[in-house]
Amino acid sequence: MKRFIGFIKKEFYHIFRDRRTLFILFGMPIVQIMLFGFAITNEINNVDIAILDKSKDVTTQEIINKISSSKYFSIKQIIENETEIEAVFKKGKVKAVLVFEKAFSKKLIKENNATVQIITDATDPNTANNITNFVSSILLKYQQEINKDLKIPYQIVPETRMVYNQELKSVFMFVPGVMTIILMLVSAMMTSISITKEKELGTMEILLVSPLKPFQVIIGKVVPYIFLSIINAVVIILLSIFIFKMPVQGSLFLLGAESVLFIINALSLGILISTVSETQQTAMMISLMGLLLPVILLSGFIFPISSMPNILQVISNVIPATWYIIILKGIMLKGVGLTFLWKETLILLGMTVLFIALSIKKYKIRLE
Amino acid sequence: MSISLKHISKSYGDLKAVDDISFEVKEGELFGLIGPDGAGKTTLFRILTTLLIADKGEATVAGYDVVKDYIDIRNHVGYMPGRFSLYQDLTVEENLEFFATIFGTTIEENYELIEDIYIQIEPFKDRRAGKLSGGMKQKLALCCALIHKPKVLFLDEPTTGVDPVSRKEFWEMLKRLQQKGITILVSTPYMDEAALCDRIALIQDGKILEIDTPKEIVKHYPKKIYDIRTDDMYKLILNLKEYEYNYAVHPFGEFVHYTDKRDSFDPDELIQFLESKKQKNIIIQQTETTIEDAFMELAK
Repeated sequence: MKRFIGFIKKEFYHIFRDRRTLFILFGMPIVQIMLFGFAITNEINNVDIAILDKSKDVTTQEIINKISSSKYFSIKQIIENETEIEAVFKKGKVKAVLVFEKAFSKKLIKENNATVQIITDATDPNTANNITNFVSSILLKYQQEINKDLKIPYQIVPETRMVYNQELKSVFMFVPGVMTIILMLVSAMMTSISITKEKELGTMEILLVSPLKPFQVIIGKVVPYIFLSIINAVVIILLSIFIFKMPVQGSLFLLGAESVLFIINALSLGILISTVSETQQTAMMISLMGLLLPVILLSGFIFPISSMPNILQVISNVIPATWYIIILKGIMLKGVGLTFLWKETLILLGMTVLFIALSIKKYKIRLE
Repeated sequence: MSISLKHISKSYGDLKAVDDISFEVKEGELFGLIGPDGAGKTTLFRILTTLLIADKGEATVAGYDVVKDYIDIRNHVGYMPGRFSLYQDLTVEENLEFFATIFGTTIEENYELIEDIYIQIEPFKDRRAGKLSGGMKQKLALCCALIHKPKVLFLDEPTTGVDPVSRKEFWEMLKRLQQKGITILVSTPYMDEAALCDRIALIQDGKILEIDTPKEIVKHYPKKIYDIRTDDMYKLILNLKEYEYNYAVHPFGEFVHYTDKRDSFDPDELIQFLESKKQKNIIIQQTETTIEDAFMELAK
């Protein structure tokens, strides 16, 4: 046991003396969650827009009021004719211009439909797309209001529907994904690198010719990273709760337990990688290409699994992160418990056992 | 016997790294493996330290079989690989402490064994191992290999890349360790270090050329050797190789080592020959045979 503690102490020296490792361990989680939370977001807030109202009647006034009273838009400018549209865009003052056609009210009553032109600044396609959606939904809402007591419905815009995430808070969707990526990266990549580092520097040779048993070396390597990954998980959850006001609906205890399971899963993957790679560089490449990329692309973090081609859907099933993200979303957003998540948990557990068995089998007690 | 090898062979693909090697090292002996790079020394070390399994043959270390009893061997030997293999980001003291802990001992417990060596690096005990000079690194590595009081010490080219003064100190330390009853197997490409071992094995291309004490190996050299020097050393080697009675010509420091085919060799004849080749300031004198000459002779 004393040997084991000595070994773990040595690991912590390695970690705390290497700035690069420290940055990846503690800088990255914060940077990532902030990036996804603030910068890369689908949410729009107080976007400046301009209005060109050619009819200036009761209906358009009502719609404009609706728009300006929403927190998504603020009306920066009222313009008087079409030649001005280009000018306001060029100045970069507004992201979108809404154009109400002439005799809006009359047309709506006589012909049952009227159009609003939404012109957006597509240099930022993501925001432009969102603005269109948001305006459309406001128009739709208004339309429903005025149509309430009418037999022949008025139409203002084509229907746009928004389901899920009705609060339009994209950060809630990102937190589980970011947490998965970071735990995967810290646990799998860092352990595989730290084990291959010993091989590369030749210290593994000395460790082998010592009374330390192979499993002691491996566990000694893994324990510090379990500890650090748990700290990371806690930091991410705290950040999302306190900075992004994310509600955690389900049990925090279950969340913690599932996270530890996933961490152990990722660590055993890391050990497995280290048994097949001889250099730190190979270990890093395998971790990045073999773990990080699939986690980002195929786990359902960014692209929904249901819209993937069949073959990719199959592949996504063998990625542990896919199941962990389902579990996280379940606990954090839906507030469900183990009764709903037992299947995913069991799959994750099975994968972990498999990886551990494989790495024990592949671990070399000699140099070849 | 402390170390015993019987018909050990090991190949990497088509390359025979170690080819049917057998020898024995007595308890408390300082035994040297002498040979050029790529002779198979490191492979032999790795087989004996249980890091590799030989294709053929048997070997024991401290009475333990290198394949079956590998765990016992790992408890009782000290191993210093050819490449500096300590933790560069740990300080001198932390490295030593770490190796003491994993061998289940403490620095204090076996301090008297490493005292002579450790005292020289103690002033730098808070320095990271990666920032030490070559000689210091080797001393630290030796301390780490010794900290658990091993029965057998394996040192793979411990003095490669170390300055001459540190090399000399290092060998003095090995001598002292030997007196404490530790069996030492050491390899080196430096022939001058060979003379400091009790017995040596000359090894080349995975085969043993000869095993004996350094003195005996030198005695086996069949001829007298002469040191020759002139103003133009490069031309001298070419001239000597042209000389019809030459037996062996090797550059050796500031001289050329020359051996003649004839038993009754008259140096004056050679001087005349060299003068005819327009060599100036010719010095020729008989000299003692070195291990290097013996090795060159055997490696022919």
